[in-house]
Order: sequence, then C-alpha cells, then structure tokens
Amino acid sequence: MKIDVKHIAKLANLPLEKDEEKKFEKQLSEILSYVEKLREVDTRNVETTSQVTGLENVTREDKATPSLTQKEALSDVKSQHNGFFKVKAILTE
Amino acid sequence: MKLNELTIKLAREGLKTKKFSSVELTKACLEQIKKHNPSLNAFITVTEKDALEQAKKTDSLAFQGEALEAKPLLGIPIALKDLFSTKGIKTTAASNALKDYIPEYDATVVNKLKDSGAVIVGKLNHDAWGHGASGENSDFGPTKNPWNKDYVPGGSSSGSAVSVASDMCIASTGTDTGGSSRLPAAFCNVVGLKPTYGRVSRYGVVSMASSLDSIGHLTKTVEDSALMLNVTAGQDLDDATMPNQEVPDYTKNLKNGIKGLRIGKPKEYFIQGVDSQVKQLTDAAFKKYEALGAEIVDISLPHTEYANPCYYIIQPAEVSSNLARYDGIRYGSNRSNFGEEAKRRIMLGTYTLSAGYYDAYYKKAMQVRTLIKQDFDEAFNKVDAIITPVSPTPPWKLGEKINDPLEMYLSDIFTVTANLVGIPGLSVPIGFVNKLPVGMQILGPQFSEAKLFQIGYAYEQSTEWHKRKPEMLK
Repeated sequence: MKIDVKHIAKLANLPLEKDEEKKFEKQLSEILSYVEKLREVDTRNVETTSQVTGLENVTREDKATPSLTQKEALSDVKSQHNGFFKVKAILTE
Repeated sequence: MKLNELTIKLAREGLKTKKFSSVELTKACLEQIKKHNPSLNAFITVTEKDALEQAKKTDSLAFQGEALEAKPLLGIPIALKDLFSTKGIKTTAASNALKDYIPEYDATVVNKLKDSGAVIVGKLNHDAWGHGASGENSDFGPTKNPWNKDYVPGGSSSGSAVSVASDMCIASTGTDTGGSSRLPAAFCNVVGLKPTYGRVSRYGVVSMASSLDSIGHLTKTVEDSALMLNVTAGQDLDDATMPNQEVPDYTKNLKNGIKGLRIGKPKEYFIQGVDSQVKQLTDAAFKKYEALGAEIVDISLPHTEYANPCYYIIQPAEVSSNLARYDGIRYGSNRSNFGEEAKRRIMLGTYTLSAGYYDAYYKKAMQVRTLIKQDFDEAFNKVDAIITPVSPTPPWKLGEKINDPLEMYLSDIFTVTANLVGIPGLSVPIGFVNKLPVGMQILGPQFSEAKLFQIGYAYEQSTEWHKRKPEMLK
C-alpha cells in the first residue's frame, strides 16, 4: 500500500525534509502491509469496541471551580500580548 | 545492605524504628544516582535540593502513630517517569518539543504520592511520548541496561526500570500503553504493574493513546507493588474514564498462597519464533506453580496473532489525535521538534483516520478488538489468571532494531493484548538468559490486581531472582 507522505504530513501539520519523505514512505508502507493482516479476520456482525470501561456520559455539576490563573496559563508561552496567546494572523485585510 | 538497596517495606520499617532517617535514605539514593546515572542515563532531571528538603520535613514529623499510618510512603524516595506533570519541575516527555516545559500543576498520581509522604528524587528518561520498547527513542539519549550496558533496558519506561534495578530509588512510576511498564521490568529483573484501565487516574500524565494508556509502577518486589497501588489507585473526578471501584488493601491476601487456583497457559504465546530459552524459563515457572498447588489449564486465545496489528492501528490513531495539541502556541516548541518515531506514529494515525481509509483500518481494528476481548472473557470463565512470557525474546543489543521500526513493533506482540482488553498485568522476574533478565506476566480479569499480587508473591517467595543485583553495582 503506497502512502502519499507529502499529503499526510500536510494533514498532520508535520514539517518534513525531502530526504525524510522518502524514508518514511518506505517505512510506513511496510507497517501498513503488516497491519493489513487484519483483513484475514471475519468481522461481519461484530460490534466495535472503542473503550473497555462501559461508562457512558460521565458528568459533573456545572459549577465553576478554581483552575489555572491567567499568569499560570501563559507561563510557558513564546509569544503573548496583553495576557493573550499571540499567533500569526490568519485573516489579513 | 546499603539504605538505597532496601524495598519500600524494609525502608518503612527502618524509618519507623528510627534505624535511619529519611534524609539518610534519600542521600543514599542521590549518591547512587551521582555514581551510576552518568553511565546508565536513567534520569533526565534530579531534584536533589527539593528531595532533601522534603526528606528533612518528613523526618520532623515523628515517624509514628497517625502520621505513619496515614502516609504509607512517608520518607520513601520515589522517581517519576517524565510523562508525569510535576508542578515547578521540568516535564519533557523525553522530547525536544517539551524540553523546557515546566507544568503549573501536579498529576493526580503525583499528588497522591506526595500526600502519602513520598520523597520525589527526580524525573526519569524514557522513549519520547511513550513511543518505544527499548529506551532508544529518547531525545535525551538511550538508557542502558545495568545488567549489561550494551543491551537495551526495554521501554518505554526505561529509566523507571533501570533506576529501581540499580537502586537509584526505592520505586518508580511508569505508564503502560502496549507493555511499557511490563517489558522494561522484565528486561531489568524488577516487578512491573500494568493496572486495569481506569484503576489509576491518568490526569496530568502526558497522553499517548487514551483508550489504552494505564498508569503503572515498577518496584523491587511484588509486595512493594501492592503497597504502591494502595496509594495510586482510586477514583478521580478529573479523569472521567474511571469506573467507581472500591480500592481494597492490596496487601491483605498477598500471602494466601495459590492452592486450587487455576492458571491458564495459552498456546498462542508459545509458538515458534519465541526464544527457546524464554519458553524454557516460562515452562519452569508453570512447573513451580504446579508444585505450589495451582492447577495449570491449557487454553486458547485464538485472535492473539491479530492483537499487534490491531494495536498498531488503534494506538497511532489515538497518538495522532493526542499529539495534535503540541503546536508550540501555548507551550512547548513547534512540530519540527518531534523525533522520528513520533512523526511515524502521527502519520500512521493520520492516514488510518483519514477519509476513505477509516473503515478499512480503524473501524476494522475496533471490531477485532471486540474479538480479542471475547477471547479473554471466555478464558477467564475457565481460569483465574493467565501466564505468558512478557517478550518473545530476551533483551537485545542497543542499536540492533533501531533502524527497523516494524522489527521493534514485533517485540510488543505479547503485551498489547492487556491494553486492548483493559485488563491488568503483573510482570515478575523468572530468570536469566545469557545473564540478561527475563520475565513472565500474570494477567487477570479487570480489577483483579489483588489476585495477581497473590499469584506473583507465591512464585517470587519460592525463588531467588529478586535478590540478585547487577554486577556493575558491586
């Protein structure tokens, strides 16, 4: 199974070097061939399992409780402005 | 015996009877770290000043009566895998993407350990983000196996296993998403627990695969493992995936023995391709259990060969989702700082979840997961526990598998089943192959940890593996 590494890297927002693309293409194709072994299994009428606890809709009371302060939340940020996370402009006009 | 060579049990007794202080105990561990960490690379951060301050504080709380009873790990030096958020202490996930990140809060388990009086001596090295089975995927250099420094200690909780095996701390925390506490424990001759999914809170621990992650620990003995679980287990409102299950005293039935217990031996874990000496040692363990009074039952877990491919679809898919948050905007640095293995898994996950491929890969894997779970449900109707080798091979040489990611993934074939099914597994040493440790894992139904400890203890106490120490320490 050939994988379009450029396309996947773009979807995953992963910057890749040119030589990395070739290497990953080979490795990922090998791994995909391995996991395709699951095709051998008859899964007709088999339910999916996405979690093993059986819990559903775990909720708590809608009450505000202490959390991180603004200062704490910004403690590791590289770029901030007036107590906000600062990012590159998306819409410019 | 040097103080850092003690177990939790013996250290607690010594502290209680004032044979030594927590400061002396902590100093012994810190000295061992100074002596051996340069060649083993088990620690990323050593918190010497904080640890000694903490130890001094616990010494001043008289080691008796209420203080001692209420705090089961009072004064005991513990180390934490660097996936565990520690307030004010660098938490890197062993990745360059977080190499300077300092959390503003403690993980729930860290809080519980601190509340129980533990002294935190440092943060441990591991495969970055939990991605690996050898310890070689750390962005801070590989950790070495103290039994032979040319060999891998297992991963991803490599530093956790090595620090305990080389007496740099009395116990350590780990995580287990596909075997990451059990495998390094087996490769380093220590005890590793993967608890039931939902037994121990995941809050504050860097997420790898949210339906598979479990919070484990590594100790020198089975009893110590039970003592740790008494502290870490229990419902947490900050983790919504924890069933409301009472926490028993995990040491209560420890010494009950195993007469009449039925232990399953699944044929699919003893196939060709499993190292013959590993098979021999595991067979010897079964014989020991028979001699102790257990009934060995041959069973079959027919979908075993599909567990690893199933895992390597589900896990990378969940990894790609969990690592999406590391965009360098709110914390950490940008995504070009991910290591190779992280990039591989993110891309694998992105691919299998993308439009047009979801049904063929992710949905299929979730269905196979149901069949694997059914295998175990049926087996546990016939037996109380299942024992298998932890790894198909003994530890391999550093560098041997690092250029072949698929080869590395194959070392997980026996451990991933417990994570897919959400059941607990206890890894216990069963001997050596060419002077390198080998372990067996004891698997049980969900929330059966007390039974696993009982079964593991019976074997451990009738053997001497747990008393051995690596040559390099002498």
